[in-house]
Amino acid sequence: MHILQLAGFRFLLECPIDLSALIVFSPIAASDSSPAFGLLQGLPWYKTVPSLHLWDPSLIDVVLISSPFGMLGLPFLTCNAKFNAKIFVTEVAARIGQLLMEDLVSMHAEFVQCYGADVRPHFPEWMKWEELGKLSPLLKQVILGEGGEELGGWMPLYSAADIKECMQKIQPLKYGEETFFNGSIMLKAYSSGLDIGSCNWTIHDPRWSISYLSSSLFMSACWKGFDYMSLLGNDLVLFSDLSLLSSIDITSTESQGIRDINMTGDSDFSPFNASTCSADTKDKGHRLLLETDESSDETEKTKFICSCIIDSLQGGGSVLIPMGRIETVVLLLEQIYESLESFNIKVPIFMISSTAEEMLAYLNIVPECLSEHRQQKLFSGEALFHHIEFKKAKRLLVFPSLYTSDFLAAWQEPCVVFASHWNLRLGPVVTLLRRWHADANSLLILERGIDIELALLPYTPLAMKVLQCSILSGIMMHKVQPLLEILQPKLVLFPEDLRTQLQAQVNDSPPSYLYYTENVPLRVPSSSKNYDAVLETDLVVQLRPRKLTQQNLAIARLGGGIRLREGKYFLSTSKVQLGSSNEKLLHWGSVEPARLLVSLQERGLVGNMQWNEEAGSDTVSIRIRDPNNAIIETNARRTTIGCEDENVANLIYETFSSACDGI
Amino acid sequence: MAIECLVLGAGQEVGKSCVVVSIGGKRIMFDCGMHMGYLDHRRFPDFSLISETGDFNSALTCVVITHFHLDHVGALPYFTEVCGYRGPIYMTYPTKALAPLMLEDYRKVIVDRRGEEELFTYDHIMECMKKVIPLDIKQTIQVDKDLEIRAYYAGHVLGAAMIYAKVGESTILYTGDYNMTPDRHLGAAQIDRLQLDLVITESTYATTIRDSKYAREREFLKAVHKCVAGGGKVLIPTFALGRAQELCILLDDYWERMKLKVPIYFSAGLTIQANMYYKMFIGWASQKIKDTSSVRNTYDFKHVCPLDRSLVNAPGPCVLFATPGMISGGFSLEVFKQWAPSELNLVTLPGYCVAGTIGHKLMSGKPTKVDLDKETQIDVRCQIHQLSFSPHTDAKGIMDLIGFLSPKHVMLVHGEKPKMASLRERIQSELRIPCCYPANNETVLIPTTPSVKVGATKMFIRRCSTSTLGKTDDKLLISCSTSNEASGARGILVMEKTKTAKIIDEDELVHTLGLEEHQVLYALCRPVEFSTMELATNEANIISLCESSLMVVDVPTSSTTEDVNSAENRSSLHSLLVQFRAKIDCTNIQVVPGHLQLRSFHVSVCSNEDCKYRMKNKNGIPKSMVYFCCRWSPVDDKFARELLQIMEQLNSSC
Repeated sequence: MHILQLAGFRFLLECPIDLSALIVFSPIAASDSSPAFGLLQGLPWYKTVPSLHLWDPSLIDVVLISSPFGMLGLPFLTCNAKFNAKIFVTEVAARIGQLLMEDLVSMHAEFVQCYGADVRPHFPEWMKWEELGKLSPLLKQVILGEGGEELGGWMPLYSAADIKECMQKIQPLKYGEETFFNGSIMLKAYSSGLDIGSCNWTIHDPRWSISYLSSSLFMSACWKGFDYMSLLGNDLVLFSDLSLLSSIDITSTESQGIRDINMTGDSDFSPFNASTCSADTKDKGHRLLLETDESSDETEKTKFICSCIIDSLQGGGSVLIPMGRIETVVLLLEQIYESLESFNIKVPIFMISSTAEEMLAYLNIVPECLSEHRQQKLFSGEALFHHIEFKKAKRLLVFPSLYTSDFLAAWQEPCVVFASHWNLRLGPVVTLLRRWHADANSLLILERGIDIELALLPYTPLAMKVLQCSILSGIMMHKVQPLLEILQPKLVLFPEDLRTQLQAQVNDSPPSYLYYTENVPLRVPSSSKNYDAVLETDLVVQLRPRKLTQQNLAIARLGGGIRLREGKYFLSTSKVQLGSSNEKLLHWGSVEPARLLVSLQERGLVGNMQWNEEAGSDTVSIRIRDPNNAIIETNARRTTIGCEDENVANLIYETFSSACDGI
Repeated sequence: MAIECLVLGAGQEVGKSCVVVSIGGKRIMFDCGMHMGYLDHRRFPDFSLISETGDFNSALTCVVITHFHLDHVGALPYFTEVCGYRGPIYMTYPTKALAPLMLEDYRKVIVDRRGEEELFTYDHIMECMKKVIPLDIKQTIQVDKDLEIRAYYAGHVLGAAMIYAKVGESTILYTGDYNMTPDRHLGAAQIDRLQLDLVITESTYATTIRDSKYAREREFLKAVHKCVAGGGKVLIPTFALGRAQELCILLDDYWERMKLKVPIYFSAGLTIQANMYYKMFIGWASQKIKDTSSVRNTYDFKHVCPLDRSLVNAPGPCVLFATPGMISGGFSLEVFKQWAPSELNLVTLPGYCVAGTIGHKLMSGKPTKVDLDKETQIDVRCQIHQLSFSPHTDAKGIMDLIGFLSPKHVMLVHGEKPKMASLRERIQSELRIPCCYPANNETVLIPTTPSVKVGATKMFIRRCSTSTLGKTDDKLLISCSTSNEASGARGILVMEKTKTAKIIDEDELVHTLGLEEHQVLYALCRPVEFSTMELATNEANIISLCESSLMVVDVPTSSTTEDVNSAENRSSLHSLLVQFRAKIDCTNIQVVPGHLQLRSFHVSVCSNEDCKYRMKNKNGIPKSMVYFCCRWSPVDDKFARELLQIMEQLNSSC
C-alpha cells in the first residue's frame, strides 16, 4: 500500500487487509470446554494498514487496485462519509474481489451467530490494555506491531451492505482501457499475470509517466501473463514491496519449492521440527530449481502435490485444501482430477464456499483475461476449464456451506475438499480440520506465507500430514535487472528492505535508484520536461514570428484559449484578442539617446539632451519642449517617460518601442 | 495533411464492406467483406487498387474487421491466403471465435451444395484466423509507434465493434454496422465523445424511422402461438448467429410465461457451437443478460433443445429453427419442402432476402406454388409471417450518433444510393457537417486541419490557469481543464531551428534568450490639494482603515526623527486610498508604507522639489499641497490615466 502524490493529487495504491493477523483469534470452539490455546475468543476484528487510519480519507483523490486481494479493505474506506476518491479496478478483479469479500462476510457471520454482533462496536474487550497484557508476546506483536502503534489499524468487519456500496463506487476498467482522471492524468491497467484480472498500472500525468508494478508473473498457466511490453519507456518504475516478497523468501532461506512437514506421521507435531524439515526435502529430491522456467516449475510442484494426495487417499485418509489464490485452486483441481482418473480412484471432490459456484461460473465467461493457451481452447471451440465437465460428471460437488441437507446427503469419506478459509480461522475449513486433525492418513495442503505454528495451534495435537507449498507470486529477484533493461526507465523506486538484494543484482547502468521505507515520504526530483501542447491551425496562421538577429531563432507572441484534453494542452484562438500584435510589450537591450532624439524629431517632437550631473550615472535625459513639455530619462536598463499629455506620451513610447528590441 | 479514403466495397450499395483509409502515413483496411449477390469477380473488393504490384504488406499497416458477417469478413481468407497479405489483422474476441464458423459454413454451401469451385479452403480459413489479434472493447491497442486503435461496443451482432483510429492528432471512426437501441441479447452501441476528423458510418436505414419493436415482437409471438395451438409446425429459417439467439430468448421467455410445452428445436451442428460461444461471451451481451448471468446463463435455454432429425415428421406441433435464413438451400429448404403444403403450418421469413432465393419468392406476393428448379414445384399452403427485427440503427440513430460525435466530416457507406443522398442532405443541413457517399473504387480526400506539436513550460501553464482562477494551487491548475471552456492563454512561442518549438511565459523570455530586459515606464508627479480638515479626519481613521484593508498596512515602527513627515505622508496617501476606494474597484491594491500600488500603477508622496516629472500647479501653491509621484507601465496606461483623473478631480473639488 502506497500513497503517491502526483501533480497535486494523492493516489492510494492498494487497500488490502492484513489477513494473517486474523491468527490471534481463536476459531469458533467446538464445545465450551475446548481450550483456547491463549488465543482471543470473540468476534474477530480485521487489521488494515496501520497508518491508514491516520489519513483523512477526504485527502485521497484516486485509489488504484491491482488485484482482487488488494481491494479487501476498500469497504472500510468507502463507508467513511468523507471518502470521495475515484476507485479504479479492472472489471474482472472487481468482480472476484467482490466474491472474496462476500465470502469473508459470510464466514464471519458464523462468529456473529456464536458471539452476537459487536455490542460496543468501537471498543471490544480484548483491546483493553489489561487484556492485551495477558497475551503471549507473539500475539501481542501481531496485534500491536513492532512499536505498538498498530492497534489503531484494527477494524470491525464491514457488512454486506458496505460491500454493495463499495462496489458502486468502483470504476471498472478493461486491460488497456484509457481512462482520464480529471482530464489530465491517464490511467491504464495491463495484466500482471498474478491472478485473474490483476494488473500493473501506468500513470501518465502531462510530464511524468509512471509504471506501478504490483506482484507480477511472467508466465501464468491460466491468466494473461505479465504484459511488460506495454510499460515500455515510462520514466519511472515503482516496485511495490509486495511484489518480491515470495521470491525473496525463497532465495534467502534456500528452502525452495515444497516443504513437506510431518510426513512421518509424528503424532507429537511440533512446528519447530517443521522448519528443520526443509533440509530433508532436499534429500528427498523434491527441490526445485528456480532457474528453470516459472511455469514448468509450477507444474512440477503441482505434480508432487497430486502424488501426496493420491498417497493419502489410498491410505484411506481425506485431503483438505484450504482455498487461496484462484489459479492454484483451478490448476490443482484439474491436476487432481486427472490423477484420480489415472489411478482410478473414485472419490468425490467437494468445493465448499459460499461463492464457489459463482466463481467457477465467472471464470468461464471472461475469456479475454485468460492465457494464450486457454484462449487457444476458446478459438478451437473447447471448454476453457475442465471444472464444467467435472461438475457435469458429478465428480466435483459444489456447496455453499457444510450446513445444507444436500451436502450432508452427498458427503462421503475419503474425499478431497477445497474449502474457503482465512488463516484456518474462518470458514468450513475449521470444522473439517477438527474432524481430521487426529487422522494420520489425512492430508492438509497449505500455501506458504502462513505462520504454521500459530495457525495450527487450535488443532493440536495434530496427527494429520501437512504439506506446505510455496507458489510463485511475484517477480523473482534475478529477473529484475533483465526486466529493467527492457523497460529502460530513468528512475526506479525500490523498497529499502530489498536494497541489498537489488544491489547484488543490478549494475550501475543508467536508471537511478531511489529506495523507499514504510511511512517515510520520499521526494522524487521533479521532471524538467516541458508539457506537451498542440497549436491548432487557426492559431498558427495568426502568429507573426519575428526573427532575432543575435540568435538563430524566431519568436512570436501567442494569445488564445488553452484547454486541457487527455493530458495535452490545446491552444486555439479565442474571443479574447491580444490587441494589436505589432505593439511591443517587452523590451530588451537599450537605445542610443542620440538616435532616440533623431527619431523623436522625425515625429515632430523637438527637444534636447541633458547629461545627468551626477558622476558615474549613465542616465541621459531628453527634454521635449514642443509640442508639449515632456521628459525622457533613459539608461541601459530603464526608460522613463514623463508627459502630462496622453497622446504625446504614447507617441514617445511608440518611438522608443520601434527603436528598441522587443516583442 | 489529408485523410484519403479508398472505398473498395459497400460504396452506394450493401455488400463487401471494405474501406482503405490513409491517415498520417498509415494505411488501414476496415473490413474485408464479400458480396453475396455476385458470383463473379465482383464478389470481392478490387484489391489491386491498394497495390498494383500486389505487395499488400508494405501497402497496408493493418486490417481491422468489425464483425463476423460475411459482407464484412468474407473476403479475408482470400486476401490473406490467396493474395498474400501477412500484416496484422484485428478483430474482437467474439468475432475471432465466430467468424471461422460463418466462413466455413459459407464455404460448404458453395462447394457442397452449389458445386462451385471453392475460393478458399478450410485450411485457408484456419490459417487466416491464426493471424488474428483479438481485441477487447475499449482496449487501446498500439499497432505501431504512431497508430493506435480502439474498439467500441456496436450492438448489431455479438462482438460487433466500431473502430477508432488515431495517428498523431488525426482521428477517425469507422462504425461498421451498429444498433443504437438495445435488443434482448445485445446492448446498444456505446461510444465516448471523441474528437474526430471523420466518421465513416453505415446507412442501411438511411431514411427509415422505426417504431417500437415490442409491437412486432408481440405480433410474431401471437402468430407462432396461434399456429402451435392449432397443432401446426413453425419453421423459422434463420442465420445460425444473431437473430436466431434473439428469437430463441424471445420464445424461451414466452414459453416460460405461457407455460407452453410444445417443443422448440434448434437444428444441430453450427448452432450448438455458436450457442456455446454466446454463453462464454455473456460479457458482450446486453446489461440485463449480464446481470442475471450469475444466477442463470440466459443461453441455457429451458425449452429450446437440439433437434433429432427423425423428429421432423413426428406428429404434433413444434417450432424449428433451421439454417440458412433465406431458404436458399440446406436444412431449411429440406424442411420447407415438407411443411409448406399444410395450411396448419407457419413459415417465418427474415426481413431481407436476396433475389433468387425461395425466401425472396415468398416475400413477393402470396404465391401458392414455388418453383424450386425446372422439375420441382412446391405447393405453398402454409401461412407466411415476415419478421422485421433488424439489428441496424435507423435514420434517427445515425443522426443521433453523428450529432453526438460532431466530427468534422462524415462519409456514408453500406446503404442504397438514393437514401444515402437524402441522409447526406439532412446531415449537411441539420448538423452542418460536410458529408459524402462515394461509390465503389472511388477515392475521397478529406481535408484535415494540421496542428503543431510544441512544448510548454511549467510557468506558462501555471500562468494560464492562474489568470482565470487566481490561485496557484497545483490542483486548481489541472482542474480548470475539466470544464469545456478554454481559459485564456498568453505566452511567447520560441522557435529554434532544430528543436521543437516551445511556449514560454513572457517573464521567462529575457532569461531564456540570455538578454537583459529594458523597462519602460511612464511617470508623472502630480500635485493634489487636501484640506487640513480632511487630513485630520483621515488621521483619526487611519487605524481602523488599516485593519479593514485587505493587505495589512505596516504602521512604521520606530522612526522618531521623521515622525511628523512620514505621518503626514501616510495620512495623505490614505486620503488618496479612500478616494480610490470610493471610485474604483480596489481589490488587488497593495498598501505598503510609503506607497500604494494598483496593478503596475505605483504612487508615493514626493518631497523632492526638483522632481523632473513634477507638474506645474495651475492654481498657485496652496497650503496643503501634496505631490504624488506616479509610475506605471504602458500596458496599464489607460487605467493609470483614470487614476490620474481621479486625482485631478480632487483638486477641482476643493
